Amino acid sequence: MSRLSIITKDRAQATVEDMYKDLERRITASPPGLCPIDLTSSFLKMAHAQTCGKCVPCRIGLGQLQNLLEDVLDGRGKLETIDLIEKTARSIYNSADCAIGYEAAHMVLKGIEGFRDDYMEHILRGRCNFGIYQSVPCVSLCPADVDIPGYIALISEGRYEDAIALIMKDNPMPATCAYVCEHPCEVRCRRNMIDDSINIRGLKRFAVDNANFIPLPDRAPLTGKRVAVIGAGPSGLSAAYYLSLMGHHVELFEKRDHLGGMLRYGIPSYRLARETLDKEIETMLSFDVKIHKGINIGKDISIVDVRNKFDAVYIAIGAQIDKKIGIIGEEGEGVVSAVDILRDYGDEKYHDFNGKNILVLGGGNVAIDVARTAIRSGANKADIVYRRRKADMPAMKEEVEAAVAEGCEIYELSLPLSIERNEEGKVNGLIVKPQIVGSMDNGRPATRDAKELPINIPCDMVVIAIGQGIESKDFEKDGIPVRRGVIDALASAGVVDIPGVFAGGDCISGPATVIQAIAAGKVAAANIDNYLGFHHVIETPVKVPDPRLSDRVPCGRVTMKERPADERVHDFLLSELGMSLQEANQESKRCLRCDHFGFGVFKGGRIERW
Amino acid sequence: MVNIMINNKKVTVPEGITILQAAKLSHINIPNLCYLKDMNEIGACRVCAIEVLGTERLITACNNIIEDGMVIYTNTPKVREARKVNVELILSQHDATCTTCVRSGNCQLQTIANDLGITQTQYKEEMPFAKWNMDFPLIRNYEKCIKCMRCVQICDKVQDLKVWDVSNTGSRTNVDVSHNRVIEESDCSLCGQCITHCPVGALRERDDTDKVFEALADKDKITVVQIAPAVRAAWGESLGLKSEFATIRRLATALRIMGFNYIFDTNFSADLTIMEEGSEFIERLKHRETSVLPMFTSCCPGWIRFIKTQYPDMLDHLSTAKSPQQMFGAIAKTYYAEILNVDPSKIFVVSIMPCVAKKYEAGVNVMNDAGAGQDVDVVLTTREVERMIRSENINVVELVQEELDAPLGTGSGAAVIFGATGGVMEAALRSAYFLVTGENPSPDAFKDVRGNEGWREATFDLAGTQLKIAVASGLGNTRRLMEAIRKGEAQYDFVEIMTCPGGCAGGGGQPIWNGIEMAYNRGEVLYGLDEISDIRFSHENPSVLKCYDKYLQKPLSHTSHKLLHTDHKQWELYTKKGE
Repeated sequence: MSRLSIITKDRAQATVEDMYKDLERRITASPPGLCPIDLTSSFLKMAHAQTCGKCVPCRIGLGQLQNLLEDVLDGRGKLETIDLIEKTARSIYNSADCAIGYEAAHMVLKGIEGFRDDYMEHILRGRCNFGIYQSVPCVSLCPADVDIPGYIALISEGRYEDAIALIMKDNPMPATCAYVCEHPCEVRCRRNMIDDSINIRGLKRFAVDNANFIPLPDRAPLTGKRVAVIGAGPSGLSAAYYLSLMGHHVELFEKRDHLGGMLRYGIPSYRLARETLDKEIETMLSFDVKIHKGINIGKDISIVDVRNKFDAVYIAIGAQIDKKIGIIGEEGEGVVSAVDILRDYGDEKYHDFNGKNILVLGGGNVAIDVARTAIRSGANKADIVYRRRKADMPAMKEEVEAAVAEGCEIYELSLPLSIERNEEGKVNGLIVKPQIVGSMDNGRPATRDAKELPINIPCDMVVIAIGQGIESKDFEKDGIPVRRGVIDALASAGVVDIPGVFAGGDCISGPATVIQAIAAGKVAAANIDNYLGFHHVIETPVKVPDPRLSDRVPCGRVTMKERPADERVHDFLLSELGMSLQEANQESKRCLRCDHFGFGVFKGGRIERW
Repeated sequence: MVNIMINNKKVTVPEGITILQAAKLSHINIPNLCYLKDMNEIGACRVCAIEVLGTERLITACNNIIEDGMVIYTNTPKVREARKVNVELILSQHDATCTTCVRSGNCQLQTIANDLGITQTQYKEEMPFAKWNMDFPLIRNYEKCIKCMRCVQICDKVQDLKVWDVSNTGSRTNVDVSHNRVIEESDCSLCGQCITHCPVGALRERDDTDKVFEALADKDKITVVQIAPAVRAAWGESLGLKSEFATIRRLATALRIMGFNYIFDTNFSADLTIMEEGSEFIERLKHRETSVLPMFTSCCPGWIRFIKTQYPDMLDHLSTAKSPQQMFGAIAKTYYAEILNVDPSKIFVVSIMPCVAKKYEAGVNVMNDAGAGQDVDVVLTTREVERMIRSENINVVELVQEELDAPLGTGSGAAVIFGATGGVMEAALRSAYFLVTGENPSPDAFKDVRGNEGWREATFDLAGTQLKIAVASGLGNTRRLMEAIRKGEAQYDFVEIMTCPGGCAGGGGQPIWNGIEMAYNRGEVLYGLDEISDIRFSHENPSVLKCYDKYLQKPLSHTSHKLLHTDHKQWELYTKKGE
């Protein structure tokens, strides 16, 4: 016997390690709507397999907990069973020796709190409150219900125009989304069970970049109804498109000089080219939408007047105003809001940041956008100061990486305390208090003060990017209900208690994503149409190809490339590169066609019209 | 056309068809279980899985489209193994006590398991747990359900009531009443289409045959049986009889052998229905300004349940006339009791119906106008009668034809077509024409209302009045028609609705043929019977005329109203037993 030996993985262990990875990916791709008790029981079974067997609560208790859960699931449970489950889990939690036991019990306890209703339903009626009603993962996670398997199949056949036409049935901004959608559709892609999710946005971009002229659907006969849309962001534009397609007369009111809302005044042109945006907006307004630019509803005309002049109104004013951070030195020259800077760029007023050392405060996409914009406008430095860890930033990961590659430094775990100014009042530094990562708070760790002294980060300009608010005051004054700063609207987009007035997008939710805003516009269009006494059906003649029957062999995901950082920092041209034809063909053929294979062929596989 | 190869046979088949269809065209059978053409092509049972050259995993034949040059094998080791394992897996969760199953001998699963030569299964039995109200006319047996989803699809796509849905998730996925309701709280019309499209015995009607055998054995009971129009077109199917042989007069003989005292025909009361409903319609037409139009027929209890749950605000459109079944019951326990000079409570009325909803109708809280308990005591479906014939060991091939009894055994050709979609309308128009003009039209004058489409319309001239009528069968079609009426897109004077596609001929109580819709074939039989009838008009049925003469006086008389009409608003959708 050697005194020590090097441990090598045997084949069985290597296989198990592989299975862990498979399981991780499988959990990622879990369909929504599963029975939470069934899942708890299944997780318990795995936890029980992990037990080392030393201690009673874990070795025996986890098994007995499973038995009790199975009783509930099999209709053998009584109301007292819930109490016994709770008591057993509590005692395991309190007395298990290690996390294998107490964390498994903790999961059960959380469940009893989180879905007690479902326990009751199982016990009293033998039924589950849940059901897989959303059968195609990508479609169910797309706020606008875009037929994703459908357009990917069309792309795989080279039918890019049809792909776009199919998208436009549910989302009239395919080009915009091709470049900047946050692609929630990719999160639970079933392809994860094999290898990795489909690059859905990348494929859409390929279709957008390669499609020729796409004829619009025929406009329905004129209805004589008049609808006012306030705000020409993605939500207002989407509502205007569908409502005008339905034959209604739409007038669009926009406070600023150009259309597009945050797509122009928030998103820099290196992410979404202005020509692309302008072309898309022009298409969306094809059906005689009347445009009023530079009109501020609430100030120039009251919302009451608008309501009186139109048969229905859609309020989609977005979340446009900056928030203050509330630290010493914030007032005065050298401290600006990210919203203001990006707005200027939207109006083609480029700043000159030559030689400037800029610090951006915030961790969201806006912070990244403004930092990358500043770099492109000649800043010597445009660094980001964020109070939590880099991993906790709400900005999209690929955006953060791109910013870092462009030279943006990220000061993580740094809580801004004050902005320092010299005798002339010019900004010369930011004092931050170092933090350490702290306890978990709603799934992400909070921070706590590090036992260290504050640090002065030298700079000559500070940009605040800590979120946006909604300019709802003028609307509230005129009787539009506002709750916690947002307009109070229902899931139908109908404003509470005011018939004929609808609202949607960021102004009812706070800052959210483009696709959520578009979906809200679509919902509003459908419900306004009904409110006006119509039921126009939106559909497309495009027929989705039958699925290929070949095996789906494991194959990696095509990821998007960017232009070299040292080249792209000098211009505002698109940073991301599109897929090649070869890549698009391969990627599109990876799609598992959940509309056909699986539950989708039975229910919910395709929503052909709305 | 595309060229493919199936089991080494080169064939040319049309483009765009499924592998299953292509195999069928090539005279190659691929076993399938959940598949129902155009209705349920979801590849759930995986029994139709086949091998395609160049593909590692198997592909279901029922819902995948052939590709040019495809090389298909339907019986490889991989296919055989998977097919057999899948059937065994289904059997592990199927209560395979075939001996006590109503579908034994007519069960897809039984056939496939037998064909595959499965003599024992290797898996542990695991039956789902759920309770069902066994008093309800429709019965689901969770332990027999194979989750093929056909019932869900029929109810969604054809009947548009969405009573069934997938319930629970994961390994406990089941089929149950949608939205976590129990069946009594659901909007079930009791059409029974889920039963006739179930491949196994998971769905059936409540079996009431024992109640009938009991009554037959009771010396104090006078058993009176009525046979619905559509039953005569179907009762012999599962007994292996040809429709020309399986006549109503042979059925009458079989029932007499069983011990029924009097064998009557629902056609009698169908003619009575025409007299009442036709007269009511003419009254409504006379007072067009004040009366509710269109008038809807009211013979079909599935339709009554549908309108009560889906369009309760439109109940005034229903004719107040009872259905032929209920008119028969009321007349049997009054007029006929007087003829027999017996206490009506001694009379036990059985009806043989192509229908499950009729079981509900007979038990409706207000269907007791004769004052002797339920007007109709027991309702049997065509299938139950077929089971009674078998259990009595009646040698059907030797049956002779016997006459039905008088006077309630007489019916017209107009009554016999009640069993097919459009038939009630056609019969009513024949007599309405007479009632208005005093002359008979040609019996075929209103043939335009016949047809296969689910929603038809026609216009007729009735003594100078243009009548616009519509006929719909199937509740999905009915809903479309109702919405059109509501929105003012369609205007009619008279509308006939039958719940089952094709009418009672395709009723949910009729014999079951896997994957074949029999309604229109049976309807043709009924139209044939009408054509050869001596009497083609309800108002010429001598027994009906006599009944008015001796008892009811005239249509819409006080007695008629008491016995033959009803207020559908009073109908409860579910009455708990013993309440």
